[in-house]
Amino acid sequence: MTATRVDAPPPELRLPKRRGVELCLLIGAVLIPVCGYAAVGLARNGAVPPDVAGYGGGLGLLALLAHLAVRFRAPYADPLLLPIAVLLNGVGLVLIYRLDLETPEDQAAPTQLVWSTLGVALFIAFVIALRDHRVLQRYAYLSVATALVLMTVPIFFPAVNGARIWIRVGGFSFQPGEFAKILLAVFFAAYLAANHNALAYTGRTLWKLQLPTGRVLGPIVAIWLLSVGVLVLERDLGTSLLFFGLFVIMLYVATGRTGWIAVGMVLAAVGAFVVGSFEPHVHSRVEDWLDPFASIDAGQGPSQLAQSLFAFAAGGMLGTGLGLGHSVLIGFAAKSDFILATAGEELGLAGLTAVFLLYALLVARGYRAGLALRDPFGRLLSIGLASILALQVFVIAGGVMGLIPLTGMAMPFLAQGGSSVVTNWIIVALLIRVSDVARTPHPDPTGAVAPVMEDES
Amino acid sequence: MIPCIRRAAAFCLLLLVALLVNAARVQLFEADELDDNPANRRATLARYEQPRGNILVGDEPVTGSEDTGEQLAYERTYPHGPLYAPVTGYASQTYGTTLIENAEDDILSGTDPLLAPLPLWNEFTRGRQPGGDVVTTVKDSAQRAAYDGLGGRRGAVAAVEPSTGRILALVSSPSYDPGRLSGTGSAVTDAWAGLTTSKSQPMLNRAIRQTYPPGSTFKIVTAAAALDSGVVSDPDEPTDTPSPYVLPGTSTVLPNEASGCGRASLAEAIRVSCNTVMAHLGVEVGLDGMVEAAGRFGFNDSGLKIPSGVAKSNFDTEMSDDQLAQSSIGQFDTTATPLQMAMVASAVANGGDLRYPHLVDRTTTHDGDPVQRQGSRSYRQAMNPATALRLQRMMVDVVENGTGSNAAIEGVTVGGKTGTAQHGIDNSGTPYAWFISWAQERNSGRPAVAVAVVVEDATANRADISGGGSAAPIARAVMRAALDG
Repeated sequence: MTATRVDAPPPELRLPKRRGVELCLLIGAVLIPVCGYAAVGLARNGAVPPDVAGYGGGLGLLALLAHLAVRFRAPYADPLLLPIAVLLNGVGLVLIYRLDLETPEDQAAPTQLVWSTLGVALFIAFVIALRDHRVLQRYAYLSVATALVLMTVPIFFPAVNGARIWIRVGGFSFQPGEFAKILLAVFFAAYLAANHNALAYTGRTLWKLQLPTGRVLGPIVAIWLLSVGVLVLERDLGTSLLFFGLFVIMLYVATGRTGWIAVGMVLAAVGAFVVGSFEPHVHSRVEDWLDPFASIDAGQGPSQLAQSLFAFAAGGMLGTGLGLGHSVLIGFAAKSDFILATAGEELGLAGLTAVFLLYALLVARGYRAGLALRDPFGRLLSIGLASILALQVFVIAGGVMGLIPLTGMAMPFLAQGGSSVVTNWIIVALLIRVSDVARTPHPDPTGAVAPVMEDES
Repeated sequence: MIPCIRRAAAFCLLLLVALLVNAARVQLFEADELDDNPANRRATLARYEQPRGNILVGDEPVTGSEDTGEQLAYERTYPHGPLYAPVTGYASQTYGTTLIENAEDDILSGTDPLLAPLPLWNEFTRGRQPGGDVVTTVKDSAQRAAYDGLGGRRGAVAAVEPSTGRILALVSSPSYDPGRLSGTGSAVTDAWAGLTTSKSQPMLNRAIRQTYPPGSTFKIVTAAAALDSGVVSDPDEPTDTPSPYVLPGTSTVLPNEASGCGRASLAEAIRVSCNTVMAHLGVEVGLDGMVEAAGRFGFNDSGLKIPSGVAKSNFDTEMSDDQLAQSSIGQFDTTATPLQMAMVASAVANGGDLRYPHLVDRTTTHDGDPVQRQGSRSYRQAMNPATALRLQRMMVDVVENGTGSNAAIEGVTVGGKTGTAQHGIDNSGTPYAWFISWAQERNSGRPAVAVAVVVEDATANRADISGGGSAAPIARAVMRAALDG
C-alpha cells in the first residue's frame, strides 16, 4: 500500500467546534416537522391542531437535550448529523400521524413518539457514556454472539406477513434484526481492523482477478451462509441483502481487493438467484417486481407495489400537499415499509429528492468521519454504519419504487417501527462519537492514535 | 484504505443517482400512464371527495350532495325525485352521468379551469375548486304543471320561451328518481336493472330523445312552406285540391277526419285540420321546398344540443310524390321530438325568428360568481315575418273556433294546432295525441311561451285520444303557469 502519506491527517489543523451551527440547524429541523404537522391539520380540518405547540415543544426539548449532550460530551462532532436525524424523525412522525387520520382504529404515531423519545434517550446515553468508540473493539466477539442470538430467536416465533423477523410478546412487537445490524458492524469493523493484512494476501490470479487464499476465504463464506440462512429461515430478503452488502463494502474498504468484490457479487448473485427461484415468498416478490400490474390484468386488483407506484405518480413534481394524498390505498404496511410512498405522493418529487439528499448527507458525513479518523477500527465502523443507512435506504426505496424487488425493510427514521428508530438513533450516536474523535485536534499526533501507525506498512 | 473509502462513497453516490433517476421516472415520465391506470382509484376518489355543484331551477337547487362517510364520500341527491329527471339526468358513482349532469360535469365536479380564480396558478398547484353551479332556464311552475298534467301517462312536454329560446319545461313521463342510481352497491344495480328493463322505459327522455310521427301538427310547417314559396298567396282563397284526393301515382284515396274539406282554403284547412288540402299543398311546394322549409324549423339537424344532444327529427329527403303527400301531413317517415314541435310553435309565435333552444342559463362558481352565460341566439329564420303573422292568425283561429278550444285562456292570445298521429303496422298502434301552441299576453309585444305536448296513452279509450282532448288541457296548464309571473 502506498497510501501512508495520504492517510495521515494534517496534524496542526484546528477545527472549529460548530456547535452553534448545529443549534441553528436544529431549530430548522424542529420547525419543519411542526409546520408539516400544522399543514396536515389545516388540510384535513381547516385548523391548526391544538396540540401543535406541545408537539413542537416536545420535539424541541428532545432536540435540545440531545444537543446539550453533544455540546458537552462530543464538542467536535459533525454538526450536520443530529439536525438531519431530528428532521427525518420529525417528518416521519408527521407522515405517520397523517396516515393515522385514515385509520382511526390503528393509531401508530403516539407509539412512534414514545419510541423516538426512547431513541433520543439512548442517543444521549451513548454520547455521554461512550467516551471513545475504540472501547467497542474489545467486545467484537460478544457482539457477534449477541447478534446471532438476536437473529435466531425470531425463527421460533410465528411468521408475520410471511417474514419471521418479529418477536411478539403481548401487544409489544420487536424486531431484533435491527439491533443485530449495529452489532455486526461493530464485529466486522473489529475483525477486519485486526485481520485486514492477512485478508489482503492474495492467492491465485484468475484472469486479472486476484482471488483470496483459501485459508481466509472462511469468514466470507461463513457470512454468506449466514445471509442465506437469514433469507431462507426468516424469509427476509432485505436483511440478508443488507448484511451481505455491508460485509462486502467493509471487506473491500479494509483490504482494497477487488477480488473480494467479485467473489462477493458472484456469491450474492448465486444466492439471490437460487432463493429467488425456489423460495415461494421471495419468488412472488420477484414476479411482482418484473410486472407490478400483473394482478390488475388478472382481475385481482392492484398489488401493493402497483398501489405504491400509483401513489408516487400521483405526487408528480410538487406533490398533493400533506394530508391530501391517497397513499392509504396501499393498505397494509403503508406506515412502515411503504411510508416513502406517502412522502412521494404528498411532497412530490421535490420533497422526495430532499429526503434522499438528507440521507445522502447523513451517509456522506459518516464517510467523511471515516476518512478523517486514523484508527482502522473507527474508520471501518463509521464506514460500516454509514453504509448500513445507505444500503437500507436504497433497498427499501428502490423496492417501493419498482427499481429492485421489494423487500420488507424500514425506511430509517421515517417508517413506523420502534426497533428501527431506536437503532437508527444509536447509529447516529456512534457516528457523533467517531466524528468527534475524528475532528478533535490532537496536540501530539502520535499520542492518542498510536496504533494507527501499524496500519499501512 | 482511503482510495477504497472514496470508491465505496462513489458507489453510494451511484445508489443515490439510481434512486433519483428512478423517482423521476415514476413521478414524472410514467406518471400520466400510472394516473390513468383503471385500477388507480385516485381520480374517482377525488371526484367524490367534495360535494358536487348543484343544478338550479330559478334560485332553488333541484339537486343536492350527501356525505355518506364511505370511501366515495359524496353522493348525489334529488329532492324532487322524478320531476326534474329529464332536466338534470343522473350522476351515479356506478353508471356515470347523463343530460346536464353529463354536459356540465366539468363545472359541477369542479375540474373546469374556468372555476379557478387564477387558472394557470391552479394548474401548477393542482388545487381542486369546489363544484360550480348550473342555473337552468326551467320555470318550476311550468315544469310542475306539465308533470302533473301528464299525471303519469306516457308522454312528454317541452315548453320554450319563443323570444329567447329558453326552455321553460322539459317533462318526460313516466319518469324515475335519479337518486336511486347515485351510489354504489346492490341497491343501485338492482334499481338500474329495474329501470332499464321496465316496459314503460322511465329513463327514456321522451321530450328530446324520442321521436314521434307529428301528425297534423306538422301541417304548420307545410303551411309555412306553402305561403313562403308562393304556392298559396291568400290563405283565405279556396285551393284547387281535388276531392276525393288520390295520392299521386297511386289509387289510394286520402281520407279526411273533418268534413267540408273539399276545396277548403288554407286557413280553413288548418282550422279543421284537412288532410287532403295540406297533402296537396305539400306536393305543390315540391320535395326540395318541403325539405328546405322543414330544415329551417330544425328537422334533419342531428347536431342540436341544449346542451345535451337532441334526437334528430326526420323529414325524408328522397321520396315519391305520394310519400311526400303523406309526409306533409306528418305521416309516413316524418318524425319529430316534442322539443322540435315546440320549436315550430315558437317560430310562428316569434315572427318566424326561431331562437336556439337552450336549457342552461348560466354557470357560476360555488360562490355564485358567473363563469359562463348562455345568451339568446338565433337558430334560423324559419319563415318570412309576414307568413308568421298569417300562421299566428290561423293558429289563434284553431283555438277560438276549431279543434283546439281546450287550450283557450281567458284574456290571453293563444294559438294552437292539434294532431293525432297514427303509427304502427297498418296504423294499428294506439294513436299519439299532439298539441302545439303558444300564448301571448294581449298587452305584450312578445309571446310568452310555446308548448308541445304529446300523450301516448295506451290505456285510454282509442276514440278519446285526440290532440284537442288529451293534450290541449296540459298545454293550457303549462302556458298558464308560464304566463304567471
